[in-house]
Amino acid sequence: MTVADRSAVITAGRAIGGGRRLPLTWIGVIPFFAYVGLFLLLPTGIVVAGAFLDKNGNPTFAEIQTTLSQDYVVRAYWNSLLLSLVSAVVGAVAGAILAYAIVLGSPHGLLRRVVTSMAGVLAQFGGVTLAFAFIATIGGAGFLTVFLQDHGIDIYPNGIWLYELPGLVVVYLYFQIPLMVLVFLPALDGVRPQWREATESLGGNSWHYWRYVAGPLLFPAFLGATLLLFANAFSAYATAAALINQGNPIVPLAIGNLIQSEVGLSDPGQAKALALGMVVIVAIVMVSYAILQRRTARWLQ
Amino acid sequence: MNWHRFSRLGLAAAAVLIVAACGSSTTAGSTNWATVPSASAGGGMDALVAAAKAEGELNVIALPPDWANYGAIISGFTAKYGIKINSANPNGSSQDEVDAVNQLGKTSRAPDVLDVGMKVALANTSLFAPYEVQTWNDILASQKDPNGVWVQDYGGYMSIGYDSSKVPTITSVDDLLGSAFKGKVALNGDPTKANAALNGVMMVSLAEGGSLDNIGPGVDFFHKLKVANNFVPVQATTATVKSGQTPVVLDWDYLSAAHGTDVPTWKVFVPSNAILGGYYAQAINKNAPHPAAARLWEEYLYSNEGQNLWLKGLARPVRMQAMQAAGTIDAAAAAALPAVNGTPVFLSDAQATAAGAYLAAHWAAAIS
Amino acid sequence: MSTQVFRTATLFLFGLFFLVPIAAMFEFSTRGNGINASRTWAAWTSILTYPDLTDAIKASLALAAITSVAMLFLLLPTMVWVRLRIPAMKSVIEFICLLPLTIPAIVLIVGLSPIYYWIALNVSDDILTLAFGYVILVLPYAYRSLDAGLSSIDVKTLTEAARSLGASWPTVMWRIIVPNIPVAILNALLLSVALVLGEYTFANLLNYTNLQVAIALLGRANAGVSISTAVASLLFAFVLLMVISFVGRRRTPSLGAAATDPQYLTAGQRT
Repeated sequence: MTVADRSAVITAGRAIGGGRRLPLTWIGVIPFFAYVGLFLLLPTGIVVAGAFLDKNGNPTFAEIQTTLSQDYVVRAYWNSLLLSLVSAVVGAVAGAILAYAIVLGSPHGLLRRVVTSMAGVLAQFGGVTLAFAFIATIGGAGFLTVFLQDHGIDIYPNGIWLYELPGLVVVYLYFQIPLMVLVFLPALDGVRPQWREATESLGGNSWHYWRYVAGPLLFPAFLGATLLLFANAFSAYATAAALINQGNPIVPLAIGNLIQSEVGLSDPGQAKALALGMVVIVAIVMVSYAILQRRTARWLQ
Repeated sequence: MNWHRFSRLGLAAAAVLIVAACGSSTTAGSTNWATVPSASAGGGMDALVAAAKAEGELNVIALPPDWANYGAIISGFTAKYGIKINSANPNGSSQDEVDAVNQLGKTSRAPDVLDVGMKVALANTSLFAPYEVQTWNDILASQKDPNGVWVQDYGGYMSIGYDSSKVPTITSVDDLLGSAFKGKVALNGDPTKANAALNGVMMVSLAEGGSLDNIGPGVDFFHKLKVANNFVPVQATTATVKSGQTPVVLDWDYLSAAHGTDVPTWKVFVPSNAILGGYYAQAINKNAPHPAAARLWEEYLYSNEGQNLWLKGLARPVRMQAMQAAGTIDAAAAAALPAVNGTPVFLSDAQATAAGAYLAAHWAAAIS
Repeated sequence: MSTQVFRTATLFLFGLFFLVPIAAMFEFSTRGNGINASRTWAAWTSILTYPDLTDAIKASLALAAITSVAMLFLLLPTMVWVRLRIPAMKSVIEFICLLPLTIPAIVLIVGLSPIYYWIALNVSDDILTLAFGYVILVLPYAYRSLDAGLSSIDVKTLTEAARSLGASWPTVMWRIIVPNIPVAILNALLLSVALVLGEYTFANLLNYTNLQVAIALLGRANAGVSISTAVASLLFAFVLLMVISFVGRRRTPSLGAAATDPQYLTAGQRT
C-alpha cells in the first residue's frame, strides 16, 4: 500500500469498516477514562451529588436554595469571578511577554534553565508563606512600605489594600505568571524562524507578522493557558485564607468555613452546593472558551 | 413446632459460640483496651503501660508544638514510655479533628485522641469512648462528662496580646480605637470559623456593655475598628507578630504568651471587666487504632507531670485547684500566669450557638 | 539591538517582582529576637536537627517521581490517540483535565476520602498511595503544557510516516513524538514535580506527613523557623528542577531537518 492509499484508508475509515472500527479506536482512551473515572469523576460526583442531599441523605433542593439565597454567597461568586478573570488575563499577558523574552535567548542556555526551574517552583508556591512574603514586603510594616514612607510616599492612604481583593490579585500574579510562562513556552518554541523570514520576504513588517502569522497560530495556546490560569485562581484557597482571613469574600474561603468551622456553623451540604456552583461556572467558561476557539480556528482557514 | 425447635437450637448454638469466644479471649489473657473505661478495669496501670508499649505508636492531631507547650508534652511522653507520636494536621481546627475521625475510620492513621473545643466535643460524643483517668475525682463535675466520654483539660482567658515596643500600653479595650493602632489589630481567625476568634469578639462585647447572650456590641466595635482602618483581616501567625505586621492580637492568654519567646516585649492584657474563660476537652476515639496508647496518653496528661507541663505553657490545667491544695503544683509556673482580678465567666453551649448564629448573619457585613 | 534591550529590561523587572519577596522572607528568617538584636542563623541550623524531616523528604521525592512518570504514561498516549483518531473527544478530555482545578482541594477531599478509605483497608496504607490523587492534581498543568507542544508539531503526518515505515505504536510514541516535544514534556515534568513537592492539603487532610506537612509542623517551633523552612523548601525544589532540566538536555534532537521542511513555511492546518 502506498502512503496515499493508507491515508485514504485512515480518513475513510468510517465509510469502510463502519461500526467495526469504532470499538478499536476507543481502546486507546480506556486507561485514561478508567483512572480519571475512579479518582476524579467519582469524587467530584460524590461532592456534586451531596449538594442534592440533606443531612439524612434524602434528595432535596433545600441545601442549594439555602445556600444561594444568602447575600454573602452571591457576593462571593462575583468576587471570585472578578479575581480569577483579572489575575488570569493580566497573568497571561505578562507571562506571555516574559515567555517571549526567554524564548529570544539561547534554547539551551543557563539563563533559560534557571528561569524555567524558578518558574516551576514559583508556579506552585502559595499559601501562608507566599502571603507572608508579600506581607513582609508591602504589608503594613513591610520593608518596602516603610522605605516609601520614609521618602514621603504612603501607599496605603485608605487602608491596607493588600488585605483586600486588589492585594489578592497582585499576590495571585506571583504564581499565575510563572505558570503562564511554563505552559506557553512550548507553543512559543514551535514558532519557526522561517515564518518570520517568509513574512518579510513577502513584504510584511513586524505588525503583519504578529497580526496574520504568529498571532493566530499562538492564539489557541494562549487562550488555553488563560483558561488554566482562570481555573487556577478560581479554586485557590490557602493564599487567600492567609491574607483575607475574615468575612469569606470569595467562594473557596466560604467553602473552607462551611467545612472547618468549629463554632457550630459547619455545614458540609452547603459546602457541596457551593462546589457545585463552581463546577457549573467553570463549565460555562469552558463552553465560551470552546466557542472562542472554534471562531479563531475559522480565521485560520 | 419445627421452627420452634430450630430457633431454640439456633439460640443455644449462638450462646455456646458467644461463651466460647469470651472464654477464649479471657483465657488468652489479652484485654481489648478499646472498650476499657478505666485503668483499674483493664488490670491496672502496669498492664496499661505494657499494652501501650506493645502498640508502640500514638496518633495525635492538631497539636502544634507551640500550643500550650504541647511540644514538651509530646517529647515528655515519648521519653517516658518510648512510644512514638505521629502528629498530624498541626494547624487543624477542632472540626478538622472530628472530620479526620469520620473519614479515616478504621485505618491505622485515624487519630487516637482528640483535643477539641467544647462545642465540637458536645456535638460529637457518639464518636468517643468513655474513659476515666486515675485522677478523675480531682476534676469538678461541671468540667467533665458524667459518663466519661469527654473531660476538660486546660483553659485560659481571652486576652489582648501586644508588642509594647510598637504600640502604647493597653489598659482597656477602647484603647484599640486610637490612632496609634492603625492597621495593627488582628483576631486569631474568623469568628464564624474559629473558637478563639468567637471568644475574642465575645470578650470585646462584654467589655463594651454586651453580655454572654449578646455579642452585638462586640461586632459593632469591630466595625468601628474596621472603619478606623485599625483592624486587619490577615491571619495572625508567629511570623506576622514578630515582623510587626500584627502587633496586637486577640487570643487565648496562653497562646498569646507563647509570642513572648519571639518578641521579648510582648505583653498580655486581660480586661478586668471582661474575663472570659474557655476550656478545651480531651476525648478518645472509639475506633482508635492504638487504644491502650490513647488511654496511657490521657493518664499522662492528667498526671501531675502533664498538668504542670500545661501550666508551663501558661495554660490553666483543669486539676489546678486540687494540685494547689495538695502542693503538687509547679509554683514558679503558676506565678508566671497573667494576673487576673475578678471572676471569670464561661459561655454555655446554648450561648455559643446563639453567638455563632448572630455572627453568621452580621460579621461579614461588619468588617467588609 | 532593541530585542536585547527589551529582553534585559523584561527579565530585570520580572526578576525584581519575583525575587524581592523571597529576599524579604530570607531577611526575616535571619532576624534575632527583640529590638536591636543581632542577625542569627539559628532558624536555618535548627532545620538540620529535625529528625522526621528526612523521612518526609524521601516520601515526597518518591511521590514526585511516581506521579510524573504515571502522568506521562497516562496522559501523553491518550492525547496523541485523541488527536489522531477521535478529535471530537478533545473537548471532553480538556474539560476532564480542568476538573481538578474547578473545586478547591478541601472539598475534593470530601469526595476522595471514601476511595482512599477503601484503598487504605484493601490495598495499602502507605504514604505512596497519595500518588493516585497527585496524578489527578497535576492533570490540568501537564495537559496544557503537552497540548501546547503537540499543537506545534504535525502529529498526524509524523505518525502516519512512521507507521507506514512499519513502526509500532510504542516506537512511534517513544522515538517520534517524545523527542519532538522536549520542551512540553520537560515543562510538564517540572510542574508535576514542583506540585508534588509543594502539595500540602491532600497529605494533611489524609493525615499523611509529606514534606510540606513536616515543614508546617516544624514551622510551629518559632517564627524564624517557619520562614526559613519555607525558603529552604523553595531552594530544594529549585535545585531539583535544575537537575531535571539538565537531564532533559541530552534528549533534545536536532530539529534541523524538520525546520527546513517547506511544509512548515505555510500557516497550515493545526491538528
